[in-house]
Amino acid sequence: MSDITKQSLTELIENIKDKKLSSTEVTKAFIDRSEKSKELNAYINEDFTSALDKAKKFDQKPNLDLKLPGIPMAVKDLFCTKDVKTTAGSKILNNFVPTYESTVTDNIWREGAILLGKLNCDEFAMGSSNETSFFGNVQNPIDKDLVPGGSSGGSASAVAGQLTPITIGTDTGGSIRQPASFTGTVGLKPTYGSCSRYGIVAFASSLDQAGPMAQNVKDCALLQEVISTYDPKDSTSIDFKRNQYSKKLTNNIKGKKIGIPKEYRVDGMPKEIEDLWQKGIQYVKDCGAETIDISLPHTSYALPTYYIVAPAEASSNLARYDGVKYGFRAKGENLIDMYEKTRSEGFGAEVQRRIMIGTYVLSSGYYDAYYLKAQKVRKLIKNDFDEAYKKVDAILTPSTPSSAFKIGEKTNDPVSMYLNDIFTVPVNLAGLPGISIPAGHDSKGYPLGLQIIGKAFDEQNILNIAFAMEEKINFKNKITDWWIK
Amino acid sequence: MSIDLKTIKHISKLSRISVDEKKAEKLAGDLNSIFDFIEKLNELKTDNVEPLTSVAETTLKLRTDVVKSKNIREQIVKNSPQDNEDYFVVPKVIE
Repeated sequence: MSDITKQSLTELIENIKDKKLSSTEVTKAFIDRSEKSKELNAYINEDFTSALDKAKKFDQKPNLDLKLPGIPMAVKDLFCTKDVKTTAGSKILNNFVPTYESTVTDNIWREGAILLGKLNCDEFAMGSSNETSFFGNVQNPIDKDLVPGGSSGGSASAVAGQLTPITIGTDTGGSIRQPASFTGTVGLKPTYGSCSRYGIVAFASSLDQAGPMAQNVKDCALLQEVISTYDPKDSTSIDFKRNQYSKKLTNNIKGKKIGIPKEYRVDGMPKEIEDLWQKGIQYVKDCGAETIDISLPHTSYALPTYYIVAPAEASSNLARYDGVKYGFRAKGENLIDMYEKTRSEGFGAEVQRRIMIGTYVLSSGYYDAYYLKAQKVRKLIKNDFDEAYKKVDAILTPSTPSSAFKIGEKTNDPVSMYLNDIFTVPVNLAGLPGISIPAGHDSKGYPLGLQIIGKAFDEQNILNIAFAMEEKINFKNKITDWWIK
Repeated sequence: MSIDLKTIKHISKLSRISVDEKKAEKLAGDLNSIFDFIEKLNELKTDNVEPLTSVAETTLKLRTDVVKSKNIREQIVKNSPQDNEDYFVVPKVIE
């Protein structure tokens, strides 16, 4: 089979179970393609030799009852992997080799999957274009010199470019859904508390969630059921009844009430996005669902709130990088000098910027004016959703206010970069699940995504809506393999 | 509002990130444009709003205080930047 890497996860599993393909063949195919795809810069650290060993071992005694039997996959380099270097896209962790495994990746290996390597991302997941990584830009397989989005840019690029059949990312303000939208792939940010944060390099702990990224909704549902477990090692992990999401997946969404929030029609939004949204509304109606106009009045306050809460938590979380216990250390004349130089040389510009914002809003005299104020507005934003969900089962919006942009286009203006996440950030602030699915192309042929936001713990419902819409949309990603010589 | 160079120096001290003059000026520019954007929150009256500290509406679970990871000193110091067997090493702090 020459077209192994074109197959979806579901197809690969079937072929492995039917013994039409071995794990070694599949693993080799993805390694070969990854090696031909260096120009995408999707990997920070490849683990191919070890992946092949694991695949051979699997084939000697295949356990076909597992959910991901012998499936190779690369993961975002924000997940700690035991004995495999984990950098978070930062110079400060360039030499860090974890002695433990994150719960989410542990769940994946337990179900038979095999690590291909660690994927590029914005430094500490802070960015919307994968341009803040210490390890360089990632190319979007859609077109040369186009950003793949961020922060899970390497993950999105690797799935769209078929370097890995599926992957996992993390989403603090849109870092799974925005890159999924920019690359024509599917990305789910689960409910806060659904996936354990244990062993994930922390950015903003009250917002961070891990989630699946895939070529289609069914693959995404299967990976979600693997990674979502209750974990006592994460104090905010929630013990609720989790579904076998892929088994319960249905395209029957008749009678579902879908909210259309008028505040997501923002100033300056391209007509193409508005048209896509209208198409999406028609698709859900065609599936037998009902759309209802709703209001989420505090939407425009979500980004300013996020840019207080997230940097505040980041400044606290990143205090641990002091050059003492692990990671990069700069030479200093004394202890304090060593700290200051380590952090100045070890962190990139965007990370330093956010630590400074966070330190400022938490500092004496400013805490009430900024941090406390933001927490109060966060409450109002959550109340908006609570109110809306009295009337509707889910909410449909565009995923991003534009399609992917060129590398370098927004790097000099942090605020214009932040505006990328205008539709995704409210979901993190309210702790809700959201999924982005590819829904069309703009005039340049670049993919555009639609987002479905659910009630807390209602992943099944938004997966079903996405599944039903996917059938109607029949999206085909335009991948030309331009980077393969 | 405006964040001046003196404030930048103060935050850099608190953050333990050294900044030179050039970097301080760039940061002041960036932070001012970001804070201009954040000021929008002042349009809202929030006197009677409870701050949201966690979206997870559960109380934290308590667990018994027992040691689960034993004899992992080697693992803990394994990644420390300066070679040693038993301790983290820092520049001399006592004269």
